[in-house]
Amino acid sequence: MHVVYPVVISALLFSIGVYGVLARRNAILVLMSVELMLNAVNLNLVAFDVWLRDRLHGGQVLTLFVIVIAAAELGLGLAIVLAVFRTRRTVDVDRLRALAEVVRAPGSGRLDGEDAL
Amino acid sequence: MTSQAPGLWPPSGPEIVFLLLGAVAVGSALLVVTTRQLVHAALWLVVCFGALAGGYLVLTAEFVAWVQVLIYVGAVVVLLLFGIMLTRAPIGPSAGLDSGNRWAAALVAVATAAVLVTVVITGFRSAYAPLQPGQGAAEPLGASVFRTWVLPFEALSVLLLAALIGAIVLSRTDIRGRE
Repeated sequence: MHVVYPVVISALLFSIGVYGVLARRNAILVLMSVELMLNAVNLNLVAFDVWLRDRLHGGQVLTLFVIVIAAAELGLGLAIVLAVFRTRRTVDVDRLRALAEVVRAPGSGRLDGEDAL
Repeated sequence: MTSQAPGLWPPSGPEIVFLLLGAVAVGSALLVVTTRQLVHAALWLVVCFGALAGGYLVLTAEFVAWVQVLIYVGAVVVLLLFGIMLTRAPIGPSAGLDSGNRWAAALVAVATAAVLVTVVITGFRSAYAPLQPGQGAAEPLGASVFRTWVLPFEALSVLLLAALIGAIVLSRTDIRGRE
């Protein structure tokens, strides 16, 4: 097996994931694109492990660790997305612009970002 | 490692299978990031992960392949489908899944792909890895996990527990922060 084939496929998968993260608006689709990028890394790790014939199997063991970390990340990410959905009724990352809760000033000022809530 | 490597053309049998699986993976990944239906994106993700698992099998990483099927196809996609349904996503095509800067995103992605593919082709054009069956079976992999890599393995189990508790705390509504 030429190392070029898996490495090129993983590079293509990674750039597809980059496109998904940047272009999608739904937070769950963004998480799916992150998973695509992690899978590209996994393919790279497996290919290089096979190529270098690591006696300790570092590449494949690291692949398993990356899969575990991806599962943990996805669980936490979905919990955060659901918490955001409960409070804001949307998971549209373009419309989630507020960085803090709106504190109404004692006067009458409307703060920036209030319309985004 | 690279002694008497055969030429890039014609590809051997495993290479043809791997390239076909890779084409399926890349094509379904493209559909994941371009489809207009949320549920279809999750289902194309299944196809992509399955094709990648097949690729791992061709690369003789059997154990990783089955872990991929179990965790990604089995657990992660189900979790994503739950997320889609709990956020009341509409079934059927929905407009506005792509943001307005998708052309900039496509530009960045094409640039990334061009740079990465050029670099890896220049770097690994002559690299050749002869495939030996049984290298990534459960026995050698389990031995190295529980001998060499046992400390990161245990640390990872603590991380999983922390993520589990964090997800529970985040998703329960009756747990409030300190006032």
